Amino acid sequence: MPDINKVLEKYSSPGDLIAALQDIQKEFGYLSEEHMEALSKKIKAPLSRISGVATFYSMFRLKPIGKNHISMCRGTACHVHNSETLLRFIEKKLNIKSGEMTDDGHISLETVNCIGACAKAPAMMVNGKVYGNLDEKKIDKLIEDLRK
Amino acid sequence: MAKHKKTRKRTAKRKAGHHSSHKHAGHKAHKQARKTPQPQTTATAPAKQIKIFLNEQEITCTPEDYIFDIAEKNGVKIPHLCHHERLERTAHCRLCIVDVDIGNGKGRLMTSCSTKAADGMKVNTHTPKVLEARRINLELLLANHDLNCPTCPKNLHCKLQSYAGDFMIKDIRFSGKRRQVPVDNSSVSIRRDDNRCILCGRCIKMCNQIQTVYAIDQNNRGFDTIVTPALGHTMAESSCVNCGQCVIVCPTGALTEKSDIQSVIDALNNPDKMLIAQTAPSIRAALGECFGMEAGTEVTGKMVTALKRLGFEKVFDTDLGADICIIEEATEFVKRFKENKNLPMITTCCPAWIKFGEQFFFDELHHMSSCKSPQAILASLIKTYYAQKIGKSPKDMILVDIMPCTAKKYEITRPEFSGEADYVLTTVELGKLIKEMNIDFVNLPDTEFDNPLGESTGAGVIFGHTGGVMEAALRTAVDWLEGKSLPKFEYNKALGGIETKKEAKLKIKGKTVNICVVHTLGEARKLMEDIKAGKSQYHFIEIMACYGGCVGGGGQPAPINAEILLKRAGALNRADNKKKIRKSHKNPAALSIYKEYLGEFGSEQAHKLLHTSYTRKAYK
Repeated sequence: MPDINKVLEKYSSPGDLIAALQDIQKEFGYLSEEHMEALSKKIKAPLSRISGVATFYSMFRLKPIGKNHISMCRGTACHVHNSETLLRFIEKKLNIKSGEMTDDGHISLETVNCIGACAKAPAMMVNGKVYGNLDEKKIDKLIEDLRK
Repeated sequence: MAKHKKTRKRTAKRKAGHHSSHKHAGHKAHKQARKTPQPQTTATAPAKQIKIFLNEQEITCTPEDYIFDIAEKNGVKIPHLCHHERLERTAHCRLCIVDVDIGNGKGRLMTSCSTKAADGMKVNTHTPKVLEARRINLELLLANHDLNCPTCPKNLHCKLQSYAGDFMIKDIRFSGKRRQVPVDNSSVSIRRDDNRCILCGRCIKMCNQIQTVYAIDQNNRGFDTIVTPALGHTMAESSCVNCGQCVIVCPTGALTEKSDIQSVIDALNNPDKMLIAQTAPSIRAALGECFGMEAGTEVTGKMVTALKRLGFEKVFDTDLGADICIIEEATEFVKRFKENKNLPMITTCCPAWIKFGEQFFFDELHHMSSCKSPQAILASLIKTYYAQKIGKSPKDMILVDIMPCTAKKYEITRPEFSGEADYVLTTVELGKLIKEMNIDFVNLPDTEFDNPLGESTGAGVIFGHTGGVMEAALRTAVDWLEGKSLPKFEYNKALGGIETKKEAKLKIKGKTVNICVVHTLGEARKLMEDIKAGKSQYHFIEIMACYGGCVGGGGQPAPINAEILLKRAGALNRADNKKKIRKSHKNPAALSIYKEYLGEFGSEQAHKLLHTSYTRKAYK
């Protein structure tokens, strides 16, 4: 586990808020209340403000992610290529909703607004790697592979 | 801050003098001098005079003036929900839009609260285009609003409701999903109902910028946006100090006081209990407003009559608690001043300030006076001294405090004060209760407070406005430090002003006493940071959380502005002037309580009943 004090070392003013949140998420996978409280003390920004920023931007996660993390793109290009149906398919297969994690902590799912891979729509990222031109069959195989 | 303003005014006047040799320029400059100039631009040169056309009427103003303010000054009332004279202009509600033509003949809809005037600008405040756009914006707000108006605590006092009436909204053309979130009833003082929130942002600016409590902020995004404490915590868990200033500025029923009216009605109908009320100093100056009376009308006698008619057996005056508070506080100050220990000493009448201090400045709590607030002092005397005197068990008594304050609802739940006061009703709640019980308040006769806890001095009365506690404390402390009874009652008139920070120097027996009076918690925070850094020169400090002190408390009738506050304070000052006895330590009722029950001023018994302690408070 990384050390929160080390992660926050270079941040000192309220203006560092977003950069610091990004760093926390990079190191811990999500923003925990404990870490945001530490940040609040370090940069002297009220927790209510930090909470406001962390819940405003969809890039920030407030729940831990699983060992494997799926980011389903719900941008415009993917939407017109039926990404909503695919999202429902994943939700049903994993028996979780977007923003949740499977009970065994193995796979978590979230939706993102655009991953910039519109040419490959519908697309999603699994553990940071982009998979494009998806259909139910491809997704089914990807998830089965993750479960192995 | 106040000092800075003065300098600016002086600069402007000097400039006016300089120009007055030229006839035309002199006239203009004179006009300029009367205005309070805006910062920066006027520090070097007087602001330029420009002309705009407001509804075709030519008006002279400066480029620093906002259209909204120019219109108000010229008798044009523009509807608005988010704009507030003491808060930052953020143009959230879009109701104050006006048609602005900057000279190209094409009018644009602009928010008047945040748009400054420009030379030759043509502003129209109610063209068909403006009215239709405003109506659409209002309908959009209403479309996502809980429209159960008759059951809303703000019914008939809601700005959104009154604009819906003014605009003659008959049906709402938009329908769709509506925000549905649980009501936050966790706080003992404030009820937060996001289903009635229009996201105007007033409460957030009040809480974060003026009070620096940072309890609430906007969370989430777009349609899901709500005003809430951090990370889904409740109001009770948050840093909220219960001051209720958010309640005062909320234009709708989203933030209201937590009502205890029903509990009090139940208590009043309990035949086994003796019902007692005590009323804080500032209620008498504001309660009349709940019944359409002019701000600053003193209604002490009617208030007592109304409480008696509601069924209270005894009505006591918190002002006596204030007098006893001063006796104890002055004793404490004189001791600390002579020993030069734990200075500055800070007053502790305000429960919102106490929680603020316990949360944010827990290393400086030794500066606080150990005295309870007047409310808590009188409550503990009622349940001990008075109960004993009339031979009743305190368990058979129910004490209802009538307070200007939502934080008092929290104060009585503090474990240190358990078993003392039972319920707190705010001024607004008492107004509602009186109406519900069909009492014609305006035409009530006067009744005096009950004895023996109804006698107070002028010093007790002025507790209700900013600077009052300090003034009252000085009347006693200076007499004691000088060792004689002085004919003086007013130590510094400026202490009663509306500036948020006021200071004065007093010479007592060759020693200088530096005093300071602040109201609003933002000012208190600055002061506490100086104390923490060891930079404070003060000996004695009064802190009140609400703007204007208790006359501007979170439980007082809204709207509240400087003009109304000064009228309410004026009522208290007049009451002070009318009193024969104006110094707390001369109050015969207080003196006899000391003689019969408490012993010496500052005695062990007095400490047991009238003093308390403070501890660090955690918050989310």
